[in-house]
Amino acid sequence: MTSDRPAGAGDRRRLALITVVTVALVTLPLVGSSYLVSVATLALYLAYVGQAWNVMMGFAGQLSLGHSLYVGLGAYVAAGIFVHFGVGPWAGLWLAVAICSAVGAFIGLLAFRLRISGVQLSLLTVAFAELARIGFDHLDWFGGPGGLFLRVGDRNHIDLLGFRGPPAMYYYAMLALAAGALGVCALLLRRRPGYYWRAIREDEVAAQALGIDTFRWKMLAVVLSSAMTAIAGVFFAFYNNSLFPEQIFGFGRSIEIILGPVIGGLGTLFGPIVGAVALVLLGDGTTEILAKAGVDLPGARQVVHGLVLLLVTIYLPNGLWPPLARALGFQPRRL
Amino acid sequence: MPALPYVANAVISGTLTGIVYGLMALGLSAIFGVVRQVNFAHGELMTLAMYGAVGAFQGLALDPFLTMIAAAMVFGVFGYVLQRGFLNRFIHRPEHLRMLLMIALAIIIGNGLLLAFGPDARSVQTSYQLDSFELGPLLVDKVRVYAAIAAVVATALLAAFFRLTLTGKAIRACADNPIGARVAGLPVAHLYAVTFGLGAASVAVAGCAMVQLIDVTPGLGPGYTLLAFVIVIVGGLGSMVGALLGGLAIGVSEALAGLLITPSAKSMVSFGLLVVLLLVRPQGLMGPGRR
Repeated sequence: MTSDRPAGAGDRRRLALITVVTVALVTLPLVGSSYLVSVATLALYLAYVGQAWNVMMGFAGQLSLGHSLYVGLGAYVAAGIFVHFGVGPWAGLWLAVAICSAVGAFIGLLAFRLRISGVQLSLLTVAFAELARIGFDHLDWFGGPGGLFLRVGDRNHIDLLGFRGPPAMYYYAMLALAAGALGVCALLLRRRPGYYWRAIREDEVAAQALGIDTFRWKMLAVVLSSAMTAIAGVFFAFYNNSLFPEQIFGFGRSIEIILGPVIGGLGTLFGPIVGAVALVLLGDGTTEILAKAGVDLPGARQVVHGLVLLLVTIYLPNGLWPPLARALGFQPRRL
Repeated sequence: MPALPYVANAVISGTLTGIVYGLMALGLSAIFGVVRQVNFAHGELMTLAMYGAVGAFQGLALDPFLTMIAAAMVFGVFGYVLQRGFLNRFIHRPEHLRMLLMIALAIIIGNGLLLAFGPDARSVQTSYQLDSFELGPLLVDKVRVYAAIAAVVATALLAAFFRLTLTGKAIRACADNPIGARVAGLPVAHLYAVTFGLGAASVAVAGCAMVQLIDVTPGLGPGYTLLAFVIVIVGGLGSMVGALLGGLAIGVSEALAGLLITPSAKSMVSFGLLVVLLLVRPQGLMGPGRR
């Protein structure tokens, strides 16, 4: 993790904070309970897919409401060749990324060449995710509506090649992915793509007038975002070990992906992370408290998510991160 | 290829369902066309009305077709208050924020229903539910006919309101040119609220009509929100005639796909249609020139 600014006032405090967070994240599986590890893995997973989605919407301003498409495709591709041909996740990862990038490029090509934007673009992305959901229900090779199941490996033995092992291994994998995505996004934002994307997000016509090839840069955002999301799908397949079209491609899943970055702060680097943590803390916190009280209420967690989204959209349209960053002594920037 | 009577049956029942779909989509279209609000909670509002109809039937033995009238009023007032007291404050926010606001409401309504009523499917069993009209070789479900009649009446009332009343005319003026309407002194905030109320009332009527055609579960919302969008995009965002034609097109194509391919493929046809139309004619069948 890097701080947002070169050395200056309050730098020591920021450095201390970053050190504490890093140490906490790295040592969490050593000291935390297995429940805590699973919750933290979920938070990191949401932070990662949120970061991936944020590239398209937060940076380039293209609202996708169908990102479950890439999670699902990535998961099914890797799981499919694993179940049928015994091809491991590391090879499957490349295939999943390739296929998802191609699908993303295809959708982007259709949408941007035909100048579809705004609501229509969002609906187009939903439509493709729904088509995949219904399509996979009819693909027997992938198990159809009955689901696709992966052999569960030995939980006590770490097998990095087969991506099988104890929960802590999955936690560290997700931590590495989330940190990597943060690094990639931080780098991109400081380079040409970041500036061009933000120009397109703020005013596409003006960006075009300045000579930016908006089509090309929007395509880059979509392809990068879908490729990153595909990796999350592969992780999901081998972490969860069972895939159902209804579950993985559902509209609710796409919404779950966008909640983190929206709540944390659209277009910010730390927004998706802060948002994911807030969602998981509040959502699972509610479930925990209810469970302690002896009630199991399906839907309670989602209601909390909805309320958080509502309150944030009303009172903090730029998300939780900017005020939080100010409080922590970071220079808040909407990147 | 199935025998002709089966196809004719599917076309007729598809048309009848399509009329109800049309009314549901009309609400979405009016809200979008006038308020420029993308109502992502449309399906959830319908599900809410359906639970109302189930509750009224189980608690008060009220026929859903009677509940419909009360539901239209309650949802009309609710929609008015929601727009006037809450959504109007966000009119000038960016489009994606207003969409997110509706998504938040949708999540809260949908999962609130899950909290309140649990995941089990509920339904209404009236005495005439399994009856049908026989027309030669054709069998048409009574509930479907009644649902379509109710939807036609509601649509006619809505059309009459927009065509014949001064408020309706003012709302159309608002849709044409919001700034001009404001300059001319029209109470835009009030008109937006009336429109949202009418949209909510339409979807409530559609919900009460649908309650005997499908089982009610808390998770119905997103599917119907998307369906309403498909219909409205097919017909053209903001066009009322388009919403009705789009409803018929989707109703019939779903019924035919269910018969000719497989029942589970029916929504594939509507989403396929949506993709094709978005790409070929994003303004929809009846929409104005390209954006």
